[in-house]
Amino acid sequence: MRKLWLTLFLLGALQPMPSFAVQPEEILKDPVLEARARALSAELRCMVCQNESIDESNAPLAHDLRVLVRDHLKAGDSDAAIRQFLVARYGDFILLKPPFKAETLLLWGTPLLVLFAGGIGIAFAARRRSVSSSTVLNSEEQARLAGLLKK
Amino acid sequence: MIVETGHYALVLALALALVNSIVPVWGARRQDLSLMAVAPAAALMTFLLIGYAFFALTYAHVVSDFSVLNVVENSHSAKPLVYKISGVWGNHEGSMLLWVLILAIFGAAVALFSRGMPDDLRANVLAVQSWIGAAFLLFILLTSNPFARLAVPPAEGQDLNPLLQDPGLAIHPPLLYLGYVGLSITFSFAAAALISGRIDAVWARYVRPWTLIAWIFLTLGIAMGSYWAYYTLGWGGFWFWDPVENASLMPWLAATALLHCAAVMEKREALRIWTIFLAILAFSLSLIGTFLVRSGVLTSVHAFATDPQRGVFILVILIAFIGGSLALFALRAGELKQGGIFAPVSREGALVLNNLLLTTACATVFVGTLYPLALEAITGEKISVGAPFFNATFIPLFLPLFIAMPAGQMLAWKRGDLLGAAQRLVIALACGLVAALIFAAWQGAPWVSYCLAGLAVYVVVGSFTDVATRVFGRGASLSEAFRNAIGMPRSAWGTAFAHAGLAVTLLGLAATGWGVDRVLTVKPGETVNLGPYEVSVTGLVQKQGPNYNALVTPAVIRSGGVEVARIEPANRFYPSRKMSRAEAGIATLGFGQLYMSISGTTPDGGIDARLYWKPLVTLIWIGALVMGFGGALSLSDRRLRIGVARRARVSPVPNAQPAE
Repeated sequence: MRKLWLTLFLLGALQPMPSFAVQPEEILKDPVLEARARALSAELRCMVCQNESIDESNAPLAHDLRVLVRDHLKAGDSDAAIRQFLVARYGDFILLKPPFKAETLLLWGTPLLVLFAGGIGIAFAARRRSVSSSTVLNSEEQARLAGLLKK
Repeated sequence: MIVETGHYALVLALALALVNSIVPVWGARRQDLSLMAVAPAAALMTFLLIGYAFFALTYAHVVSDFSVLNVVENSHSAKPLVYKISGVWGNHEGSMLLWVLILAIFGAAVALFSRGMPDDLRANVLAVQSWIGAAFLLFILLTSNPFARLAVPPAEGQDLNPLLQDPGLAIHPPLLYLGYVGLSITFSFAAAALISGRIDAVWARYVRPWTLIAWIFLTLGIAMGSYWAYYTLGWGGFWFWDPVENASLMPWLAATALLHCAAVMEKREALRIWTIFLAILAFSLSLIGTFLVRSGVLTSVHAFATDPQRGVFILVILIAFIGGSLALFALRAGELKQGGIFAPVSREGALVLNNLLLTTACATVFVGTLYPLALEAITGEKISVGAPFFNATFIPLFLPLFIAMPAGQMLAWKRGDLLGAAQRLVIALACGLVAALIFAAWQGAPWVSYCLAGLAVYVVVGSFTDVATRVFGRGASLSEAFRNAIGMPRSAWGTAFAHAGLAVTLLGLAATGWGVDRVLTVKPGETVNLGPYEVSVTGLVQKQGPNYNALVTPAVIRSGGVEVARIEPANRFYPSRKMSRAEAGIATLGFGQLYMSISGTTPDGGIDARLYWKPLVTLIWIGALVMGFGGALSLSDRRLRIGVARRARVSPVPNAQPAE
């Protein structure tokens, strides 16, 4: 389990802790395929865990999914095809990087939105600031200035 | 008996906090000094009472009083003493008690160390602090009583979760809470300023040390937690974009932004509205973090719905404080006058850019953390937002921040010269470029790693460029330079160190790309090649600990046949909880670490092991220490100490140092 901070707070909800994720016997002989398997696993969620990828998780489900991914890789499937297969089976929930679509528009859009809105806000504030402190003097100030200059 | 007196002390503390919530505010309105004088005394007394309650719970844990439910659930008579003590806050009730204790410590600190402050400001600050205290004391007493007794005490306790039986638990939560809860002071200052309607540079000067203290502890607490996760979890990860981690990162981002814009307010009286808003935001995010981790809403929306008592209580506190302060803010913000003016290219402008990027980063983390919860609650659709999302959104926001950081330091207040700043950064840029090339030649791919490493070196050099030119400027001799260095305002050194520290962390993060990891089954006597090292497993031993038994595989690390270190990765089993925990074997070699953890044995005598070589990995946490050091330097700056402003008013110092 990697939720250290969480365990601190949600002690009751803890399951017994097995040690770690990928097991030696799961590893593929072909290093290129194995590297692809690892990269792909890091993007897939272990659905019974909290925000853990199947690469990190110790849950039996994660083990089954890792083997499944590797079986598909051995069968020659592309990464995209495997992802598609898993989404069809388990839904978007399995992707740690949510797909870009209507429901996630706000999620993906937030950084740009805040940056944009903030930028506009700053520009307006700056303009207001320079207008409010404009260098035009009113008549009283003009008179005082004239008086000062005469001295 | 002691346990009951602890409970009683907590009830008294609540009563006192309620008194202190009202009397000082009333006194401040009527300008009645005797009513306002209640605040510091009551704050100190509240601290003593909560301190006593905390002591009582600690006592019950230390003597293993198994008639107390909290002790039964989290302790064991055979547990080492240090974990009996740290176990006090290793559970919900105890950690909430620590939360209010730290809140009371900060209240008492304000009462003690702010004699120079205007009376009404201090009275209002302590009153707001008491509102928070009263709300959380009520929460503890009504929903999470740590002193509950059992009618039939068991003979033995259930022990503490093995993951928490670690020095990390002794240090990490107190540090993190000092940061988290420390932001309550800036919040109280903001609320007090809004109540009294006086928001000026003097206010910013009083808040600054408190923000700095909270920021330092938050920085160290997050780093400590990350290192703890790294060495206990057994697979070498150190940051997971987990909601609970995000809950501490958000206040850190807000507090960092606050530190920077408070500097503008202090020096130039500009950005006042924004500073107050950030002060409210930073603590609000702390409260949201507390809600997230305490309510169980993270496990699932449904778990929250089935046992909502605690969650709803904190949610009410959250809404009351955030809503109340924002309403007050909306009422008062319009009255604030414009502060000093500045050109877009200026120190102020750079700090505005810093705030824009940090706030956007904070909003990104916020939405990423809460979006799945909100979407599920509204449409029922489940999505996951994990590390790949944050890597794709958060990192692009931080890159411009790194690029702009040294340049911002170079710009003058009011109106800066971008070209001049760039010219002064030529050396830093050259260093960064050369470093990137060196790293590319030395460690090679991936390109992201050596580019980021170059960026990090540029920021480190750039952070010190301004200080260096001031120290060695105009061909100063060595002794002159030394005198210049001593005479420089410590806050200038602090800025340089804090910025450089962040860059050091970046270098550590960049280096993760050069790591090597292997998952394999080894047999005693076998040797494994790992990066520049050879690791030989020498045996497989059983060991007996106080409340666990362990499987240990001693290993020798050699470099070119020469022994450089020995490690003993182990797997511990705790019978009382029927849980096991990997105890990684870690050897620090230079700034890198060789990391090995074992999970179990195979029937034919092999050991399932995971080995990593992580070059420069320690820089991630060293960088945080450097950041904290920078913060401490800045805090020690004499000009910014609390009360100095007042003394200066009484007797103006003729040779006052020029403002930066």
